[in-house]
Amino acid sequence: METLEQIKSRAEAAVPGAKLVIVRNDASSAQHSLLMDNEYAFAVAKFLRDDPQLCLDYCSNVTGVDWPEAELSEKVKIKKLVDGVEKEVEEVRKTKRPGYLEVVYHLYSMALKHGPVVMRLRTANRTDQVHVPSLTPLWRGAEFQEREAFDLYGIIFDGHPDLRRILMWDGFKDFPMRKDYVEPDDYEYEPTPHDDVLEKAKARRAEEATI
Amino acid sequence: MSAPTDIFPTAEQASSRNYEVVPKTAPDGSPLEGDLLEVSMGPQHPSTHGVFRMDVVLDGETVVKLKPVFGYLHRNHEKIAENVTYLGSMPYTDRLDYFCSLTNNWAYALSVEKLAGLQVPERAEYIRIITAELTRLLNHTCLAGFLLQDMGALGTPLMYAFREREKVLDLFESLTGARMMCNYMRFGGCRVDLPVGWLEGAKQVVTNYSRFLDEFEALLSGNEILMARTQGVGKLTRELAINASITGPMLRASGVDYDIRKVDKYGIYDRFKFRVPLGDHGDVYDRYMIRILEMRESLKILEPALRDIPVGPIVDPKAKLRAFKPKAGEAYGRIEAPKGELGFYLISDGGPNPYRYRVRPPSFINLTILEDMCLGRPVADVVVILGSVDIVLGEVDR
Repeated sequence: METLEQIKSRAEAAVPGAKLVIVRNDASSAQHSLLMDNEYAFAVAKFLRDDPQLCLDYCSNVTGVDWPEAELSEKVKIKKLVDGVEKEVEEVRKTKRPGYLEVVYHLYSMALKHGPVVMRLRTANRTDQVHVPSLTPLWRGAEFQEREAFDLYGIIFDGHPDLRRILMWDGFKDFPMRKDYVEPDDYEYEPTPHDDVLEKAKARRAEEATI
Repeated sequence: MSAPTDIFPTAEQASSRNYEVVPKTAPDGSPLEGDLLEVSMGPQHPSTHGVFRMDVVLDGETVVKLKPVFGYLHRNHEKIAENVTYLGSMPYTDRLDYFCSLTNNWAYALSVEKLAGLQVPERAEYIRIITAELTRLLNHTCLAGFLLQDMGALGTPLMYAFREREKVLDLFESLTGARMMCNYMRFGGCRVDLPVGWLEGAKQVVTNYSRFLDEFEALLSGNEILMARTQGVGKLTRELAINASITGPMLRASGVDYDIRKVDKYGIYDRFKFRVPLGDHGDVYDRYMIRILEMRESLKILEPALRDIPVGPIVDPKAKLRAFKPKAGEAYGRIEAPKGELGFYLISDGGPNPYRYRVRPPSFINLTILEDMCLGRPVADVVVILGSVDIVLGEVDR
């Protein structure tokens, strides 16, 4: 199979305007991925599926990942003048990462028997702009998996034919796979206030009153 | 995300939960014809193989719409696994597809080994292949039994299948201490070595298995009722099967030559000679037959594996049991589980717990095209078609 760099340059040539970024993966699996911009993602995915050299006709795995807002600290070695002598000093550099939700697609080829090509889409934030284009019109196999990502992460797939909750019930309000999900006080359908359930509920109510 | 505002939901909030899946009107907005009937099949019905429901719209006896509804067994396995260590969710993978705990273990161990770069010693690779192929035997045997049970052959084929399954489960029990929840694989190898005399017992089971398959086939494969109920039923075309990410015996019954044991050559599968049986028609009968043929191929792997298994260590000495922290990165590992492609997608942030832990469940994704296979068939065929998909709800709902 071609390298990811070759795929990237060919895809950018085939879809004018598309910009792809290669996300490095330092683990020993060395499965690097292609980050797409949402505007051209559908066209690029169509290219990956239909291109005779790639022929990625099989969308194996679709999943969401939650990246909340975080402060990343990175150790950087900087040359500095300390008491008139140049020394190498380690400094911690802090950067803020904005929160976003991510969808990861693992593509294989059943015809040519190669893969995986890993594809990523990102939403603008985690609150109101959580839209990404749905790839179900290209691969039927993404239908249930995109529904699952919608159900558990709250990612909205534009163009999905049947975007409903799939594992949680329809009236459920929250998105349980998000990192900041708060568990309910009790898992019973008809909760009865008793013992630690009542204590938990009281504590939460007191906490909410102070905010 | 904020918690609900009141301590407990009011009766109104509780009743506002929407269970309606089938719309009350036709797609163009006009009211449904009077003779269309909406039936909720399941969730508490033996033919649904667990707590699984299908909302079926019937025109007389013909299915015009079918929506699978599940999640009754959902316990958010992925979230639980993100809150324990890597090794901590190994026993929990047993509960995904509870028929095939050893292949679940292997898929998870394989992904972590990819993530952390561990090597598996030769003897452990042999043990893994032997246990995985035994798992395939028992899964496919039981599936054939359940399929016949769904068709109304009450008891007998299922009991024949379970009799053989017991023999394999006895082997698992003496090896791992548990019959179904084995928790046997470890990152970079296996938990314990084979007990004394285990190989002889396994050889005995494998030698007798082909005779059992002959008996099973003599009773079933040419059976008139089986053929009438399955041939031409639930057809799945090659193109749709590929596009809908169908994997496992169901894909190969539609004629697609794709077996991850051959494609990825994970473990030491490249050392064994076996063929990949393919179907012509993609109907229920093909799916039944593919599984019988796959069991015969599994025996071809098991015989040399049991003969050639070397002596040696069973776990990578570099693999740490405690304080196991793979460096930041991600990995997707997959194996050919008896039901299809079972994959684990892991993201590590350098900590002791996985940052993201995703299971790619084969039977969940194989359900995508259930409606397409059932449309236009009588409602009795729905049960048979669902039986041929081979689902386990522990894996579908996670």
